[in-house]
Amino acid sequence: MASFMATLSQIIALVRKELLALIKEPASRALLIAPAFLQALLYGYGATYDLTHVPYAVLDQSRSAASTELLARLDGTGVFVREATLTSSQQIAGVVDAEKALLVLSIPPDFETRLALSQSAPLQLVLDGRNSSTAGSAASHVGAIVAAYNASLGAGAPGIRVERRAWFNPNLESRWNMMPGLIAALSMLQTLVLAALSVAREREQGTFDQLLVTPLTPMQILIGKALPSILIGLLQSTIIFLIIRFWFEIPMQGSVWLLYFGLIVFTVASVGVGLSISALSLTMQQAMLYSFLLIMPLMLLSGLFTPVRNMPEVLQLATYANPLRFGMNIVRRVYLEGADLIDIWREFIPLLVLAATTLPLAAWLFRNRLS
Amino acid sequence: MSDGGATVVAEGLRKTFEAPGGGPLHAVGGVSMTLRAGELTALVGPDGAGKTTLMRMMAGLLKPDAGMLRVLDIDVAKDPQTVQDRISYMPQRFGLYEDLSVQENLDLYADLHGVPQNLRRERFGRMLEMTDMARFTDRPAGKLSGGMKQKLGLACTLVRSPDLLLLDEPSVGVDPLSRRDLWKIVQQLVDDENLSVIVSTAYMDEAERCAQVFVMHEGRLLAEGAPGALRERARGLTYVATPPSGTPARDLQARLIDAGTRIVDAVPKGGAVWFIRQPEAEERALDGLLIGIGYRSRPEELEDAFMMMLRQQQTKETHAAPEAPTPSPQAASNGNGDKPVIVVRDLVRKFGDFTAVASTSFDVARGEIFGLLGPNGAGKTTTFRMLCGLLPVSSGHLEVAGMNLRTARSQARARIGYVSQKFALYGNLTVRENLEFFGGAYGLRGQALRSRVAATIAQFGLEPAAISGLLPGGYKQRLAMATGLLHEPEILFLDEPTSGIDPLARRAFWRTITALAQAGVTVIITTHFMEEAEYCDRIAIQDAGKVLALGTPQAVREQAGLDGGADMNNAFIAIVEHGRAAGRGDGKGAGA
Repeated sequence: MASFMATLSQIIALVRKELLALIKEPASRALLIAPAFLQALLYGYGATYDLTHVPYAVLDQSRSAASTELLARLDGTGVFVREATLTSSQQIAGVVDAEKALLVLSIPPDFETRLALSQSAPLQLVLDGRNSSTAGSAASHVGAIVAAYNASLGAGAPGIRVERRAWFNPNLESRWNMMPGLIAALSMLQTLVLAALSVAREREQGTFDQLLVTPLTPMQILIGKALPSILIGLLQSTIIFLIIRFWFEIPMQGSVWLLYFGLIVFTVASVGVGLSISALSLTMQQAMLYSFLLIMPLMLLSGLFTPVRNMPEVLQLATYANPLRFGMNIVRRVYLEGADLIDIWREFIPLLVLAATTLPLAAWLFRNRLS
Repeated sequence: MSDGGATVVAEGLRKTFEAPGGGPLHAVGGVSMTLRAGELTALVGPDGAGKTTLMRMMAGLLKPDAGMLRVLDIDVAKDPQTVQDRISYMPQRFGLYEDLSVQENLDLYADLHGVPQNLRRERFGRMLEMTDMARFTDRPAGKLSGGMKQKLGLACTLVRSPDLLLLDEPSVGVDPLSRRDLWKIVQQLVDDENLSVIVSTAYMDEAERCAQVFVMHEGRLLAEGAPGALRERARGLTYVATPPSGTPARDLQARLIDAGTRIVDAVPKGGAVWFIRQPEAEERALDGLLIGIGYRSRPEELEDAFMMMLRQQQTKETHAAPEAPTPSPQAASNGNGDKPVIVVRDLVRKFGDFTAVASTSFDVARGEIFGLLGPNGAGKTTTFRMLCGLLPVSSGHLEVAGMNLRTARSQARARIGYVSQKFALYGNLTVRENLEFFGGAYGLRGQALRSRVAATIAQFGLEPAAISGLLPGGYKQRLAMATGLLHEPEILFLDEPTSGIDPLARRAFWRTITALAQAGVTVIITTHFMEEAEYCDRIAIQDAGKVLALGTPQAVREQAGLDGGADMNNAFIAIVEHGRAAGRGDGKGAGA
């Protein structure tokens, strides 16, 4: 018991020193809160696939009541904004090239005539494919409006009707999908860099030798180094969580306790990766370089922007070494689905394996890095 | 350029920076000086005296805040480029390209300075001959020893013939041999080319070679003149005392330096103690201090005059009168007396195919001060890091307090203290926070921690709320010592603790060390200041990984085959030269 207390007090001394050093260093102090705050807002507003403003142009050669009604429906959505009314097909290329219009709707002269004869009346839709996903969703939006118009004409027998009901995200807002993932992704950015710098900074400044000659064991140093980074990671997750919950008002379905349990396991694994980088590096510059090289693939292979299911199989396999993939899954499922531990316990296994490998590796590297 | 003309004229020159903790720092505060052409001129002074700032202003790299500065009769502030076209400047850390070979570095600097092709051959030949590097032209600069790098730096600076050469502390951290070679080159240039050279230095024996010496302190000029004239200030005040046989010279030195009212300065040298009497104190007053100890006067040296000036400055400035912190006796003598505390047998450390430490053996007894001496890259620090358990050994046996610290249980490390080469504490924490952290790391807590920290702060005269990173050099060093001694270790490891601190702080530092040794603490210290070997009970001199000499300073001097009066510097040069010659005889080129 006495020796346990001694061990504990040594660790507390180290944790206290780490936190003091972080808070007293103006550069790292600034990193604690502001970036999480700003990035959460930035992603919340900036990173969205939802269409809210689609500039379009129209070439109405029909100039009929039918074409006017169709255009009125389009304008009535509030999403489509008419930027130009063209008079000849030669003008189409110009408005698209200049990015004045994302799409151009071309209505042929015989539009109304064909409708009146109950023939099919083709419309031409020219899309700016430089931004394929936006163009795609704009096109399907136009399609939906045209379908509704068709239905109102009552032409022919009503075909098959699809009633869409999206679970967990009734309006299919991409923000709902993106933001909970950020609770894991953004805080990982920071904790990875923070942990990566922590040992490298001491090596560069020569204080790490001074630490190694004290009776502190590598395990104690590891815990002393990991705890502050974990605490800060959780603090950042909390900031992002609060912004998502109360600023963007995305409703939370699951339990806060489970969410935090998942975040702790995820942060421990990320800190393990960061500390391993740090123990490998001799200078802060090296540590920064390594972590930036790592961050891009970690983000890309996490499923934050694109589903892991869509990736080639080799890459899907690689995602098992990515703490963010599972951390984000846990957060999304708890947040949006209200998943229970029984539903998501499998997601914890890769995280625990990762932590159980990287943390001891870091501790071993403290003393045994080849110099 | 005519002899007797002035090469640099300054009047009321000022340069102020923002101090690290805010507030102004008067790096150069109103300096007026005239430097003669065709001569060697020395700027001397402790760290922070303003030597580098002054030189950078001369080189047109910094603009003076006030005053006038003319170099080669050109106003530098107005026309720096014209000055830079005619001078060569070698900064403290010369920018060699480490991946380029010696020849490529020379070519590069010749290109940068636009030296015409037809002049290069002859100039390069001369530079390589003077620096004795013709054999190494293909070697990457990064693979040269510290001394050779410095010589290459000088060669690159001199790829063209300047009208004025500025050298900023060219010999810092350079071993005595390379230092001697560097000065030979500079002297040759002055003699052959009638070159004007301004050199800043902390070594008084170097200043002694110059025609004119300017002594600077905290941005002001303390004195100027020929070395002979400056020496006069210490005339009749310098003595040498012989300690009673069987006692180390450092004990007598400690006693003398403690008597600040009668003694200006005292250092151990050649087994005796060289000291300077306070001018206000009568010679009779020495008798009371040196009862039964023989002393006689000796010729004064520039160093004596310099120390007197520094000491006078120190007493004028009330803020800094650093009394040497003398630690209380340690609870260290809990072992059985005669067994050596450190045993090293056939220690070898290799990095790839490079042997950093080759088959080294020595013992250190309890309470001994043991010095590891050698040029940069000799293997001192590698040996030292293996002793502390920071580096695994390649082969051989190693024992510190009966065990190998690398494999021993962590508690074993509580018995050693460690002070590293550069300031290795947390710069943005306060003095107290640093002490509390390291106390905690050594397992002190609660009341025990608080009382040890309080005692240490009092003992070392530290300001607990000061930010560690902003302390002046001497105080940083003191805090590092305090941290190393906080847990009252039996063995103290010190790696180059005195590099970069001024002479007075160094005296105070050694006073602390001698007190520790008296209290029974074993001290292992590395240094490249050869004169500091005189404080040690025994020393080992290393070069190219091999121990060339091992024994008491007296025995090492004798091994060097020089007279008893020889100082450690010459003994070192003799031993290393002999060692390298023997190495070459064996067919192993020890040139690097």
